[in-house]
Amino acid sequence: MADPRHEPSTAARAALRPPIVGPGHTPTSVTDKIAAVVTAGTPRWWFLGAGGAFSLLGIFAISVFWLFAKGPGIWGINNPVAWGFAIINFVWWIGIGHAGTLISAILLLLKQDWRNSINRFAEAMTIFAVACAGMFPLLHMGRPWRFYYLLPIPNTFTLWPQFRSPLIWDVFAVTTYALVSILFWYVGLIPDLATLRDRSKNRFAASIYGLLAAGWRGSTRHWHQYEVASMLLAGLATPLVVSVHTVVSFDFAVGQVPGWHTTIFPPYFVAGAVFAGFAMVITLTIPLRYLFGLQDFITARHMENMGKVMLATGLIVVYGYAIELFIAWYSGNGFEQFMIHNRITGPYRYSWFALILCNFVAVQFLWSSRVRKSVLGLFIVSMFVNVGMWLERFVIVVTSLHRDFMPSSWGMYTGTIWDWATYIGTIGLFLSLMFLFIRFLPMISIFEMRMILPEAKNAKKGA
Amino acid sequence: MSLSNSSRPLRGYLAEFDAPEKVVDAIHRVREEGYEKYDTFSPYPCEEMADAMDVHRSWLPFIVLGGGITGALTGWALQFLTSTQVYPMNIGGRPYNSWPAFIVVIFECTILFAAFSAVLGMFALNRLPQPHHPLFGIESFKRASQDRYFLYVESTDPRFDIHSTRAFMESLDSSEVTAVED
Repeated sequence: MADPRHEPSTAARAALRPPIVGPGHTPTSVTDKIAAVVTAGTPRWWFLGAGGAFSLLGIFAISVFWLFAKGPGIWGINNPVAWGFAIINFVWWIGIGHAGTLISAILLLLKQDWRNSINRFAEAMTIFAVACAGMFPLLHMGRPWRFYYLLPIPNTFTLWPQFRSPLIWDVFAVTTYALVSILFWYVGLIPDLATLRDRSKNRFAASIYGLLAAGWRGSTRHWHQYEVASMLLAGLATPLVVSVHTVVSFDFAVGQVPGWHTTIFPPYFVAGAVFAGFAMVITLTIPLRYLFGLQDFITARHMENMGKVMLATGLIVVYGYAIELFIAWYSGNGFEQFMIHNRITGPYRYSWFALILCNFVAVQFLWSSRVRKSVLGLFIVSMFVNVGMWLERFVIVVTSLHRDFMPSSWGMYTGTIWDWATYIGTIGLFLSLMFLFIRFLPMISIFEMRMILPEAKNAKKGA
Repeated sequence: MSLSNSSRPLRGYLAEFDAPEKVVDAIHRVREEGYEKYDTFSPYPCEEMADAMDVHRSWLPFIVLGGGITGALTGWALQFLTSTQVYPMNIGGRPYNSWPAFIVVIFECTILFAAFSAVLGMFALNRLPQPHHPLFGIESFKRASQDRYFLYVESTDPRFDIHSTRAFMESLDSSEVTAVED
């Protein structure tokens, strides 16, 4: 038993740890404030933003149409570099998704209740990022209408997938990840859908929300099973998210190409994914909390905590870069040494230096609490990381492939306008889904916000 | 609200509270009186209400365990049978039953089946989806999903009596008692 004299007073504790919800809030005010974003009229900026997003989505539609009409030859892929933008963008998007699962599952298991105001949004980001990621392997197939060859479906050719290949592991990992993320998100939404059902003035909206809420009444017996289910899902999603990016890294690490064939890849990819994902959460929450006036719920402490996670995972990623350099030297393998030499001094050296600038130099500013507490500072660093993580995959894919073992099969790779259009198009797909989400569903988990209010905490003390 | 003017059957009484502590006290009173068919409602999971109602057990972990084991066996059987029996492929002379290479898919199938068991099991144990419930007819019950707490005693309880139960519910520290009709 601790000496009560050493226990900090409530006021002292509050000063040490800034609150995770603004003062004076009650379940009524939290519900009103968050649900109003959905039930009130559409703000004008939403139409502007959604219009921009849908225009980018149009670029995606045009690129996909042209791809189907002409074939993957419209992309820059060629013989040494058969995996170009498609795999870079696939890994980039999948990585962005991982922060959502981390925030919703791992921080739930660790009882970090500051996550309650950002988990819904981050989970949505996960699902939309996985949807964008999934586009690239499908489009890269050339004949995407035959995608079902990837799945173990009994067919008249009696063909079955090759289960010793990391590419088929990837199909299982990413499909499982997408389905489990959707389940987790939907389960989290059920009580809030019931809130929207009960608040909607519009009968049509109320019946749609009611259908989705599945008759949720908030019974104590239901809540009990619900919480058990949430904890179990979090426990399942945690190893899943680690496995997904591990399997993505196997796509490279199991190959023999210098620069890919390395054991550091699984942990380095997982850390990179969390790093990229937190950067994207910061990039998106900063404008949204302003536009909807949600600073009481997504507070300065949230922004600072996310900055700290970004710094920690960024340092793991930089450690990965250092180990790559070290192993090239220490292994004494000539191909590995050439690969590093070519990466730093070869024709793509600009991408490697830009990568170091974005993922190493820019992130070091987060050591300063002034930068972490400044919204603008965090936003700038997160944009650097978004770009840096794309460059990282570019460096891994292109510099490794374009000069491998035989100089006779060396070549150069550049993305064509259609590569860029498809990539920008998926950003449009992501933003379109985001705009629809923030308009029609509560972007902050209302019931989880009620849980961290003083009213709920008082009940705990009284019992 | 009237007690007898309506022709519709009475399903129970609903008491509204403005604080979770009041519901906890009410639950103790309800249990002392010997009622068994009652339930409480809150806009967020409230541990104290669950403690007072003695709601602790759940079969869900066992359902999820069963789902996970089924998933693992499915993943293994899928790969073992296709790789050794249905469509054996000789890749670099490696064994058809390359079990270490099968671990990833077995793991993913375990998680997938377990996650679906968790969600479907939660729905089944809670008897959801349930499109109609007598409580949805009560206007004030809309606040159960927002900022109010409710106690509901069902008319099927053996101790339920139209008059004495209502009197008992009104003696609780609630703001309003409503008759719930179908």
